[in-house]
Amino acid sequence: MQYQSQIVAKPYFIAAIGLFIGQILFGLILGLQYVVGDFLFPEIPFNVARMVHTNLLIVWLLFGFMGAAYYLIPEETETELYSPKLALGLFWIFLVAGALTVLGYLLVPYSGLAQMTGNDLLPTMGREFLEQPTITKIGIVVVALGFLFNIGMTLLKGRKTTVSLVLMLGLVGLAVMFLFSFYNPVNLVHDKFFWWWVVHLWVEGVWELIMASILAFVLIKVTGVDREVIEKWLYVIIAMALITGIIGTGHHYYWIGAPEYWQWWGSVFSALEPIPFFMMTVFAFNMVNRRRRNHPNKAAMLWALGTAVMAFLGAGVWGFLHTLAPVNYYTHGTQITAAHGHMAFYGAYVMIVLTMISYAMPMMRGRAAANSNKSQVLEMWSFWLMTVSMVFITLFLTAAGVLQVWLQRYSDAPQAFMVVQDKIALFYWMREAAGVVFLIGLVLYVLSFFVGSKEPEAVQS
Amino acid sequence: MSGTFTKSMARNIFYGGSVFFILVFLALTFDTVKALPKLDNRGELTPQVALGKKVWEDNNCIGCHTLLGEGAYFAPELGNVYTRRGPDFIRTWMQIQPTGAPGRRQMPQFNLNDEELDAIVAFLKYSSEINTANWPPNIEG
Repeated sequence: MQYQSQIVAKPYFIAAIGLFIGQILFGLILGLQYVVGDFLFPEIPFNVARMVHTNLLIVWLLFGFMGAAYYLIPEETETELYSPKLALGLFWIFLVAGALTVLGYLLVPYSGLAQMTGNDLLPTMGREFLEQPTITKIGIVVVALGFLFNIGMTLLKGRKTTVSLVLMLGLVGLAVMFLFSFYNPVNLVHDKFFWWWVVHLWVEGVWELIMASILAFVLIKVTGVDREVIEKWLYVIIAMALITGIIGTGHHYYWIGAPEYWQWWGSVFSALEPIPFFMMTVFAFNMVNRRRRNHPNKAAMLWALGTAVMAFLGAGVWGFLHTLAPVNYYTHGTQITAAHGHMAFYGAYVMIVLTMISYAMPMMRGRAAANSNKSQVLEMWSFWLMTVSMVFITLFLTAAGVLQVWLQRYSDAPQAFMVVQDKIALFYWMREAAGVVFLIGLVLYVLSFFVGSKEPEAVQS
Repeated sequence: MSGTFTKSMARNIFYGGSVFFILVFLALTFDTVKALPKLDNRGELTPQVALGKKVWEDNNCIGCHTLLGEGAYFAPELGNVYTRRGPDFIRTWMQIQPTGAPGRRQMPQFNLNDEELDAIVAFLKYSSEINTANWPPNIEG
């Protein structure tokens, strides 16, 4: 670790991993409820478990992004963090607020939670992914502002690199777009139209800037390739991400009451959305091939290559699969969407956070550059188990989705939703089995932090 | 990517391209908001529908169902449930939940009063009359 204040990233990463475990456990509950409908009913109804599953994902990724920024920014700017104390204070505020929110989901009926938290004053709850009580949303904004202030002040007093500027731009965009979560008009079409300004312009917009800059940082570190080359790639990738992704929002506007010209704008631009992800893959492999050193942290290198490939498959290929309007007419809101969502989030955002943790954690725990071989081998096992099982989760959900589309939407005699769900149950069972393998991979991942810590550090080969 | 293509050229493409497409997106948004009165069934937006949307949100219906294809994929699409099932079915259905049928997916009992039940029906009627470019493909949603 080059700067003492980078250590504030550590609690952020630990919290991220802790919440990740919670997310996966609730994912397994949901998967089982798909086939054993009354599992844990009425204690944990599906809607509650799903809210916990998706909200934990968002919160732990935010912990991961913030941790990544606190580690990356001092090193890039070559100066200590503006205020490590503020960073630690915000950490606890965010963790406690997040924990209280999840407990609220689990312990109080949702309508009671809405009442308790004064949702009537400014109703923002009850919309997908934005289920948090309004007061939690305000808390998120406060934490985000404090965080941006801290990072921004550090950036101002230090060296301004492309990597840190792009990261900052992504994080500012994240905070700004979140403000649309407070806009909840009665008009359902308006509501949906601007709801996507949070959801789409996060994951297919500004988050890609965050992902690409973290990837660029790690690649600079582990490959030793000239910064100029990597930063040039970074600019081209994020240029393509925003050029395609902003108008690409249109692929959500086909069937919600917006004008039909969105079918053209959305189809054309979102068909181009795989390009930045493909470039990321080419970029990562290119840089690793041109490496000037063999970094001893092989696990971090594996995550970096893995995230580039899986983001391309999950976000790029599986996104393209159902993005053209004539296809989406039949697939909209089916298990195809779920399949895409799982692999895209895992490939792009889970794996980039794990890449950063893999790279930074050894240094924060007193190693010079990397964990012992033993620990790395276990971590790489967890990489393969989680990644391969996620591929299978995606394939099973895709199969379920194709059948669902055929039976419920496309055939001459369309069948009712629940009738079709029963017929595709086999694929839900297989998805659940793949989910269990994912959990095993996650357990190995956690264990990799505890094994081989007494053994000597892996050396440059 | 070497030689004549420099980092500052890449940077200019990023800033120029982004700003250009943000402006295009804003222009399309402006045009959409102008066109919506003809599409979004706002004539039906009564106080009852507003209450219905609030009931919909306060009970996290989107956590299991989809509405115009967005939401969770665990329970049926409700954007067209008013046409598929009709007002009486919706009202009765909500009152008899949960079914308690072993192994079947369960919908919680939300204990809505008559005013709220009528409001949710009104909200679903309003939703079903939004011009969705003929989506869903058939009545099953």
